[in-house]
Amino acid sequence: MEFFRIKKDIPFMRHALVFNIISLITFVLAVFFLATRGLHLSVEFTGGTLIEVTYTQAPELEPIRTALAANGYPDAQVQNFGSARDVLIRLPNRGDLDSAKVSERTMTTLHSVGGAPELRRVEFVGPQVGKELASDGAMALLLVIFGIVVYLAMRFEWRFAVSAIIANLHDVVIILGFFAFFQWEFSLPVLAAVLAVLGYSVNESVVVFDRVRETFKKKRNMSTPQVLDHAITSTISRTVITHGSTQMMVLAMLLFGGETLHYFAMALTIGILFGIYSSVLVASPLVMWLGVSREQFIRPKKEKEEAVV
Amino acid sequence: MNRYPLWKNILIGLVLFFGLIYTLPNFYGEVPAVQVSSGKATLKLDASLKGTIEQALNDARIEHTGLFTDANSIRVRVPNTDVQLRAKDAIEKRLNPDPHDPSYVVALNLLSASPSWLTAIHALPMYLGLDLRGGVHFLLQVDMPGAITKRLDATAADLRTLLRDKNVRHAGITREGNNVVLRFRDAQQRDTARRAIGASTADLQLADRDDAADDLKLVATLSQAAQKNIRDFAIKQNITTLHNRINELGVAEPVIQQQGLDRIVVQLPGVQDVAKAKDILGRTATLEVRLVDDTPGALEGALAGSVPLGTELYNERGGSPILVKNQVVLTGDRLTDAQPGFDGQTHEPAVHLTLDAAGSRIFRDVTRENVGKRMAILLIEKGKGEVVTAPVIRTEIGGGRVQISGRMTTQEASDVALLLRAGSLAAPMEIIEERTIGPSLGAENIAKGFHSTLWGFVAIAIFMSVYYMLFGLVSVVALAANLLLLVALLSLLQATLTLPGIAAMALTLGMAIDANVLINERIREELRNGATPQAAIHAGYERAFDTILDSNITTLIAGIALLVFGSGPVRGFAVVHCLGILTSMFSAILISRMLVNFIYGRRRKVESLSIGQIWKPGN
Repeated sequence: MEFFRIKKDIPFMRHALVFNIISLITFVLAVFFLATRGLHLSVEFTGGTLIEVTYTQAPELEPIRTALAANGYPDAQVQNFGSARDVLIRLPNRGDLDSAKVSERTMTTLHSVGGAPELRRVEFVGPQVGKELASDGAMALLLVIFGIVVYLAMRFEWRFAVSAIIANLHDVVIILGFFAFFQWEFSLPVLAAVLAVLGYSVNESVVVFDRVRETFKKKRNMSTPQVLDHAITSTISRTVITHGSTQMMVLAMLLFGGETLHYFAMALTIGILFGIYSSVLVASPLVMWLGVSREQFIRPKKEKEEAVV
Repeated sequence: MNRYPLWKNILIGLVLFFGLIYTLPNFYGEVPAVQVSSGKATLKLDASLKGTIEQALNDARIEHTGLFTDANSIRVRVPNTDVQLRAKDAIEKRLNPDPHDPSYVVALNLLSASPSWLTAIHALPMYLGLDLRGGVHFLLQVDMPGAITKRLDATAADLRTLLRDKNVRHAGITREGNNVVLRFRDAQQRDTARRAIGASTADLQLADRDDAADDLKLVATLSQAAQKNIRDFAIKQNITTLHNRINELGVAEPVIQQQGLDRIVVQLPGVQDVAKAKDILGRTATLEVRLVDDTPGALEGALAGSVPLGTELYNERGGSPILVKNQVVLTGDRLTDAQPGFDGQTHEPAVHLTLDAAGSRIFRDVTRENVGKRMAILLIEKGKGEVVTAPVIRTEIGGGRVQISGRMTTQEASDVALLLRAGSLAAPMEIIEERTIGPSLGAENIAKGFHSTLWGFVAIAIFMSVYYMLFGLVSVVALAANLLLLVALLSLLQATLTLPGIAAMALTLGMAIDANVLINERIREELRNGATPQAAIHAGYERAFDTILDSNITTLIAGIALLVFGSGPVRGFAVVHCLGILTSMFSAILISRMLVNFIYGRRRKVESLSIGQIWKPGN
């Protein structure tokens, strides 16, 4: 089997502007939704108590809300989680109550409503912990960016480093934009997924850049856009197959992983889709516009090696 | 050109072999067990206890499949849950003759069912995180400012004593925020005081402050080193105390770890009763110093049943009964430290106690009045006391430094020091994070994680074998080897597997195939450009290597950043992710190459490669 039968290099760079405009629009939209709607942060970041209970029969949610409101939690969020029998309750942190006792009190309230709830999971997070998690996440993001830029600048050229990081950060923003638009819950595993996507997506750019470098060294009479076109075309088969494989794995997680892995897999899916797009069709034009050229790659020593080949 | 030297094949074979061995324990599952741990801080588990347990089981004719000893407990593996209950009863009856005052905690437990030769070479199953096995998780914040304030209050009292002893006149010593402020009427007294303080302690930094002509002040602050010492001591002490308290719950593998500078993570797998766990975490054991009643005949009378008024009967550690006065001379709050050491003159092992200023004064007065008498040091736990040691007072003891010595081995001295420190917390703690995960949820999480990995793997395997034929099959074998090595590595490191960890495993597998796709595509490309099969294999692996290296290192950078800054689920994810990248490089490059070498490398002439269809633009 061979999916890709490409006779000539596909002229990607001719449409570079179009790709970048599409990219820019999605990016701006993502920023817009992030600014207007904000992320629906999980209890890990905001602090508060999260209680998951399961019933033998699907309970009515309204009586639970009323009962909780009557017991001092007018701002409790009660919703189904996964199935109609599982209920998730979120309670914000409150200074006046002993936070550690909250779960006991809530369970008493739930029992009073009836329906034999069984406690599955309680998470209580103090406000300070949440703040630290957010700042640690930001630090991790910065460290990833810094590490990748330095590595790429060393192995390739600063132009590659800069364009790769721009292209891939925009993936991250777009994933966050999706989470803001649909108000999906942004939890710690999702944060892990987002950062993993950053690594993954740079990985993608590196494969193309690697080809670009090789083509520059090998082919003397190609213009920069032609080199980029050639590099993208000759790796496109690998790009699609690799992403297909990873997506198969992620799809399995999306289908079989249950609620806990749902948003994790969701973030990865978006990351993979935009990862291909950005690393191939955004990073490459950026490199071109930053003025990459053949001269940056030929060093006398390398020249000799080629002569042997 | 496509052959590995023998040593390389052997090396890869060995790695795979060890991978297999260390992965094995994960497949055996768990069998019921009975765990015996010490119920009192003063009681240590020793070898003779193992014999006692074995004897108890033999007497009751209960078969078991092995006794295991670890740092805090002895565990007996039994064939099934019925035997487990009987074994528990038998051991309980033998070890705790008095059910109201149990010396040992006998609890039901689970142990890995892997054969003992695997356990002997430290091939242990992966440790499952709480989200996979259920249990409670607490994050405790140690109140460090509280510990510092406490110390400063003690320092203020110490200074007062010091200046009085040295006959330095001052106009008041107070703690103001994080400083201790000493007021003086004239500069000369202040200088004397500064010299006296400087000579007695190095923990304080002193500075002059003159607010007005008649208001001379000396401001003492704790030096950075001293503050650090206090913090380190507080967290170490709190962890020790938590260990002692949790021991009582009979939890199989509790995790008690320091996190960051001032936090402690406590994880209790299998515990569902949060209220009880919190109760025990918050419990305080106390230390008391009382005088011994050595009136002739009193002890005999007490043993006969009539305890004299104002005294209580206790057991001294080691067994002999002792009569102790009710009046408490000192409590553990006055103890600032206890360290094992040696007597300065006799060179016998000893325990050095440090008391705070108020404690020292009381201690000095009491010892002065009771030379020649005995003094008992009691540890009160759960409302029950035990005399740790009862030395004879030889001289008046001043200065707050107390030494307990006499008939102790070095080991005993360090045990007593630990015990004396173990009772109470050095600084208050509060729970800032709490998670409870039901056991059924844990089992469900394992099943879900397992299924997603399995089906993802199957889908990739089918696609690869169809698309790349034999080379695809090689890639699948390499991917399976990758999974094997990853699990082996995780088991070997005894890393904790969590649900995000399983997700990372799945994601890593999905990404790991990239290396093989790169290689296979390269080989096809070489063939398309007219290279011979052998040359194509060689060039394919060679050229893909740089790309694989670069792309994996960038992914690794992201993984390490997660590892450094992540906590909880993020870290669980990152550990597996990073290890997975390393194993995938090994398996995708070396193992797949070895297989291809076995298939094609030996043949003189290879007509074509089974790598799927090669389409050439000309055809």
